[in-house]
Order: sequence, then structure tokens, then C-alpha cells
Amino acid sequence: MENNDLTIHLKNITFSYPGCDPVLEKLNIQFQKGSKIGLMGPNGSGKTTLFHIIMGLLKPSAGKIEIFNTPVETENDFRKVREKIGLLFQDADDQLFSPTVLEDVAFGPLNLGKTKSDAMDIAKNTLDFLGLNGFEERITYKLSGGEKKLVSLATVLAMEPEVLLLDEPTSGLDDKTKETIKNVLMSLDLSYILISHEIDFLADITDSIYTLQSGAINYDREIQVHHHVHAHAHGAYEHEHD
Amino acid sequence: MFEEPSHNDSLLMHLDPRIKIVAVFFFSMVVAILNRIPVLLCAWVLGFLMVFIAKVSLRELVKRLTPVNMLVGFLWLFLPFTFPGKPILYLGTLPVTHEGVLYATKITIKSNAIMLTMIGLVATTSIFTLGHAMHELKVPKKIVHLFFFTYRYIHVMQREYIRLANSMKIRGFRAKSNLHTYKTLAYMIGMILVRSLDRAQRVHNAMLCRGFKGNLYSLKTFSINKRDIVSLVLATAIIIVLGVLEWKTTT
Repeated sequence: MENNDLTIHLKNITFSYPGCDPVLEKLNIQFQKGSKIGLMGPNGSGKTTLFHIIMGLLKPSAGKIEIFNTPVETENDFRKVREKIGLLFQDADDQLFSPTVLEDVAFGPLNLGKTKSDAMDIAKNTLDFLGLNGFEERITYKLSGGEKKLVSLATVLAMEPEVLLLDEPTSGLDDKTKETIKNVLMSLDLSYILISHEIDFLADITDSIYTLQSGAINYDREIQVHHHVHAHAHGAYEHEHD
Repeated sequence: MFEEPSHNDSLLMHLDPRIKIVAVFFFSMVVAILNRIPVLLCAWVLGFLMVFIAKVSLRELVKRLTPVNMLVGFLWLFLPFTFPGKPILYLGTLPVTHEGVLYATKITIKSNAIMLTMIGLVATTSIFTLGHAMHELKVPKKIVHLFFFTYRYIHVMQREYIRLANSMKIRGFRAKSNLHTYKTLAYMIGMILVRSLDRAQRVHNAMLCRGFKGNLYSLKTFSINKRDIVSLVLATAIIIVLGVLEWKTTT
């Protein structure tokens, strides 16, 4: 019965870009429903590649993929996967292509076969949920970096996915926007895999953190609370660090 | 020419965009085949009238007409001298032909008349309304998509260009007339092309992730009211009159 909760199952996945050494080699992943996982790793270690393989955007040279206990191989199989798994891209400019925010957020629901008015409702509710009311008619390319990221998140959430794949959702964002994204993720009853280089951020909102290195996944032990001793000017006064 | 519409409140702004597109399209077609100068002048005046009704500012008008007329300027450099016909005067040993001057004049008036109506259209309609209207008019999907994406990503490409140009500038690059300059510029253009291609791939992937199956949906619905119908009838009448004037005097 435990098997029913197995959402993403990668078996011996190998992938290499043309003319390069394999980025991923015989990679195995079992991702359970309800998990909130952080993924770290050096640049170029294949984190984004891994996400793209799960979504069927890249084809592995070897290995099998099972999503929701169904083997997926063809573009048609992956179409169904994409209805249940949402991917937030690293660069929001890649994700937002419609002229206005509302149209962009409604794009996913419309593709899922929702009626115009339903799609509009979903889009508006999602924007409200992210604190983006009043953004409906804004022009996407004129948004600030943080706003673009939040709208991108809205476009993914509007499809009501069961699993989220987040590719560096906080890179280049200010603290306030980071906080918003953190709160949104914590308040959602969703499973997700989160790529980030920020250990504090990962520690706050994930159950366990893995690292991807030299083509293989390693489990980083459970998170431990610990203190650092440090010194700087005015250190004698009681203070806190973020 | 594709910038945000001027936010004025003109009569044209409230017209159904589909009617505007149809009218401008047929107007351009007819003007393109007109051949008589008086009729062409009528079309030219009509163009100005459009721009006037659309309340386009003079600055905007000049900015948008300049590129077209630069091209026309080049035609004036060659056409009067190369078009076979009766010479009317000599510049040095070069004969200027009557037919050449006439031909260049016609092209000037034609292109300006068409451009003026286009400016009137673009200035009073936002780009995505235009796109959706094209879709409603059953323009092939691919063209409408191309139109949307060009508009959306031209800014991203421009930003990429500025980034590259700046990174060249801060390392002391100054365009001169030497091989180094040409090589660097070629690299830059190549880089922009490659990056655009990558970008296109990523955008397509992002769309696939959201269930893209080749359809873009419009949330806009258009409705035609009395004013739209009156305008359509008027526009059709004007276009027909232009056509008839041309036809009557040629037969």
C-alpha cells in the first residue's frame, strides 16, 4: 500500500548533453507524496536537468521514469504528468509570455479545458492568494523582478498541481519577496522539491535536504540546530542576525 | 512602431478593433494599386484625417514617419535618374526623367498615406487587443502567435543587447572602422541570436509545462455596436470611392 504514495520514481537515470560527460549517472530517486525536499549542489551539477527530465522536457539516455506509479515515456504520457506537477522556472521571463498578468495566469487552466469564466476565477483567486490583487491588467514585461517571480508562481499554482518543482525560486529576490514565497509554500498542502543555494531558506521550509553531486544524489543528515560563535564590532550589545 | 498606445480618449479608441483592422487592410490594398496623383492625394489627406481623429501628437507622428521616409529618400536618390523616360533636366550629365520623378512621387504619397492610417490604428489599439482581434478575424494562428511573441520578447532581446553592449563598453570597446570592431560586433550579433534561440526553447518548455497544445486563448470578447457598424459602412464607402475614382479615369 505504501507504494501508492510514491509520486516520482526515477530508476537508473543517465543523462548527458551532447559532447559532454554525463551530468546524471544511474540516478535513483523515490519521491513520496507529502514530502518537502530541498536540493542543493554546485552549479552545473544537474539540478535543473533533473527537473526537466521529470517534466519530460529532456529525454534521458537510459533509465525509467514512473510518475504516480505509471511509467512515462512518450510526449503524451508527459502531458498528463504536467497537469499534476508544476515547474517554476529559474528565469521568470521564460515563464511569462502573455501580455497581461491575468492572461498568463489563466493560460494553464484554459489548457486544462476550463471555461473562460472558470479560468478567470481561478486566476483571480490565485493572484489574491499571493497578495497580487490589482495586478490583473499589468503588463508582464514591465513587472519588477520580485513581482515577475510571484506571478510565475501564480501561473504554476493556478493549475492546481499536486507536486511543485521549484528551481531557485528565491535567487535574486529581496527579503520581503522571499518571505512571501516562504509563507506561500508553508501554507500550501503540497509536496515539493526545491532547488536553492540558500541553506537557511531550505532548512526553514523543507523536511530534508539532499545534495546532488557528480551525478548522484546524497542525503544530507537531518537538520540540526546549532550555534556559531562569531565576532564583529559592537558585538557586546545584545542583537540578532537574520 | 509598436509601442504602448497613446492614452488618449479618441473616437477611434472605442471602435471595435476588428473593424479598424479590416478598414486599414483594405484601405492599404486600394492605395497600393492607385495610380493617379489626385486620387493618391485624396488618400493622403484621408490618412492625415485618421491621425488627426486618433489625436496622435506631432512628436509621435514625426518619430513614426521618419523611418519610412528615410527609405523613400533613398528611392529619390536613384529613381529619377534610372527610370527610363523623357529627360526634364540634367544634373551634370545625369538626366532626370519625368517618369522617374512621377514614379517616386507616387511611391512617396502611397507609403505615407498607408503609414498614416497604420499609425492611426496602432496609436488607438493596444498590441494585445490587435492580436486578439486578428485571431477573431481568423488570421492563421501561427501569425497571431508570432505577433504576440515578437512583441513580448523584443524587450527581452533589447535588454540582452544592452547588457552585451554595456559589458563591451566597460571594457573599453569603441566602434571604429577596423577588423577588431567588425569581429566584436559579429560576435555580439551571434551571441544575441544564440541567446534568443535558447530563450525560445525555454519559453516553449515553460509553455509545455503548463499544458500548451498549440492554442492561445483570449479572455477578451468583442461586441459590435451601432457606432462600429456606421464606421464600417463609412470606411467601405470611402475605399470604394477611391477605387471608383481610379477606375473611372483610367478607362
